[in-house]
Amino acid sequence: MFEYTMEEVGNIVVMQGFSGLSLFSVLLLMALGLAIIFGQMGVINMAHGEFMAVGAYTTVMMSKLAVAYDIVNSYFVFAIIAAFILAFWIGYGVEFLLIRHLYKRPLDTLLATWGLSLVMQQIFRSAFGAKEVSAELPEWLLGSFQPTEGIDIPINGVFVMALALVVTVGVYLYMFRSRAGLRVRATVQNRVMAGAVGINTKQVDRLTFALGCGIAGVAGAAFTTIASTGPTTGSLYIVDSFMVVVFGGAASLMGTIASAFGIAQAQSILQFFMTSSMGKVATLMTIVVILMLKPEGLFASKVRK
Amino acid sequence: MNYSIRRQTLLKPTWVAACGLALAMLAGPAVAEDFPTAAVNTSGLAVTDKTVTVGILHSATGTMAISETGSIQAEKLAIAQINEMGGVLGRKIEVIQEDGASDWPTFAEKSKKLLENDKVAAVFGCWTSASRKAALPVFEKDNGLLFYPTFYEGLEQSKNVFYTGQEATQQILAGLDWIAKEKKAKTYYLIGSDYIWPRTSMKIARKHIEQHLGGKVVGEEYIALGDTQFGSVINKIKLKKPDVIYAAVVGGSNVAWFKQLNAAGLNAKKQSLLTISVTEDEVLGIGGENLEGFYSAMKYFQSLKNANNEGFVAAFKKAYGDKAVIGDVTQAAYLGPWLWKAAVERAKSFDVDKAVVALPGYELTTAPEGYVKVDPNHHLWSKLRIGQWRKDGQADLVYESDLIAPDPFPKGYQ
Repeated sequence: MFEYTMEEVGNIVVMQGFSGLSLFSVLLLMALGLAIIFGQMGVINMAHGEFMAVGAYTTVMMSKLAVAYDIVNSYFVFAIIAAFILAFWIGYGVEFLLIRHLYKRPLDTLLATWGLSLVMQQIFRSAFGAKEVSAELPEWLLGSFQPTEGIDIPINGVFVMALALVVTVGVYLYMFRSRAGLRVRATVQNRVMAGAVGINTKQVDRLTFALGCGIAGVAGAAFTTIASTGPTTGSLYIVDSFMVVVFGGAASLMGTIASAFGIAQAQSILQFFMTSSMGKVATLMTIVVILMLKPEGLFASKVRK
Repeated sequence: MNYSIRRQTLLKPTWVAACGLALAMLAGPAVAEDFPTAAVNTSGLAVTDKTVTVGILHSATGTMAISETGSIQAEKLAIAQINEMGGVLGRKIEVIQEDGASDWPTFAEKSKKLLENDKVAAVFGCWTSASRKAALPVFEKDNGLLFYPTFYEGLEQSKNVFYTGQEATQQILAGLDWIAKEKKAKTYYLIGSDYIWPRTSMKIARKHIEQHLGGKVVGEEYIALGDTQFGSVINKIKLKKPDVIYAAVVGGSNVAWFKQLNAAGLNAKKQSLLTISVTEDEVLGIGGENLEGFYSAMKYFQSLKNANNEGFVAAFKKAYGDKAVIGDVTQAAYLGPWLWKAAVERAKSFDVDKAVVALPGYELTTAPEGYVKVDPNHHLWSKLRIGQWRKDGQADLVYESDLIAPDPFPKGYQ
């Protein structure tokens, strides 16, 4: 790289470091909801991406309202909250109508939620049209922040990063510092015993599933700033989400974080030095090899089998 | 711009396209009695004394519905307008619509169904090259007639297909010539999605840049379809500082690409960018603010100012709502039924073999894009236009080429 000045190389290192972190927060936000559902309940939610799309469409609808009432600069926070609430309640309903009948048949949940994802895609298509839409974003979310000449830090990247931090801390506090989280963990470790000491495990399942969906909704809302909103948007995220969760070890929050970080850094660095598709191939190969050596993922959980 | 039908601006815009074609073709509408069914249909097609059946085959569901919906709408609009004028050889057109469901084998199956069971006289359909390649053997075996609307990579020519969009050289060469001159560009960064159309297009672009423009390609990058993370790629571009980014990213990736490019500080004030994969349809998803100032090379923009187009846009909005937008492919799809009508009327027969030889040489003066001519190689002569995007999602026309001959097998570019 002798054709570039030291300053140019320095700038790129900074920006590249940031894009690694930014990818990390995107992957983390994508995977958190899934990690909760898959990790805590063993349900493979193939409709995860569509719950993200619910969040994205909520944001788009809110942005239309915001434009009508001229509050574009402040609506985004409300959109995220609305996305959470809506995705949460849809998840709650889905658990009640569909998932709870399939707990004893884990592979069937895979098929059922995949079917659900197709149904949801078609609902989006019928309700909002087949074409992609975009949310009107507030000015402060657009463009870049320039600490020095030559360095551009994308503001939407910073925003996604901050949101990923808030959601992760929120999930941590809920799971490990609250009574509700205690009940969830108890149910995961030993469902029968948890039921015996008076925990309503069915209620716990329903809330956990709904929470996972709600977080997916938040992720979807945040991703309107960096990617597209369309009926099949969800399918763009589902593979990456599963990759992060499986690589991290299914039942571990720490594992999900570590895995998102590892994948993000590997991908970001490899894509810089190789071509984009080769970078992705190399990342996936590495994951496959590590999973062959450690089939339970980075952080295997200690669950009584 | 010299459009030969300026006098028609006196007419109501909605009727301009329809009337124009009537004037160009015949003094009055044809009546079915003049064309007995036995004479115009010797190959067992679905033609009666009153009707003729055609097929529309696009993805109304699945990933590609995003793109193909506009084509379906345009084809239906053209057919409705033709019916209002009295149909084809005095027969009303009836439509059987099939859904390719974004799945290539389904396109082949549905083609077979349309041709063998329904005996349709023509099919307007397919969008991706993959779907066309899947359906092509069926059309060739059953001797069907397909009108294909999308701009595509070329390298194909079939007796059974008319290509109403541009092939790659029509879209690429003049656009590169323009930006090389306009921006005095020496260095180019090529970026596209990783499949046949961008790869073939970039191959042509690279040859043209290196051999004819004396420029240099400083980077060539392909993104996996559906990838939404561009951080590293954008940093590479920043390091290389190309004069021009030449882009052919598609689908959900396209949206992410422009949003992240802008967020990384590379907007039109700092960077020239020419793309061959953004039409008005894509702008809906990408957002005008992320495209403002960048250029697209297409043969059609909704904002074109001519009487044909004003009539077309008005009719389209009347049919599909005020917010409907029209992209390049939508307009090309609109040409399909009109060209088929012309072919049948020139051949005085619905038979595919006769219609196919009657169409080359035909000049359609009522196309929204302006004058087009059908080449013996089944592609259209058309102009290339460069549009500069505005924040409101429409483009300002900044350049218009002369008519360009289609050249699906370009020598020296393969």
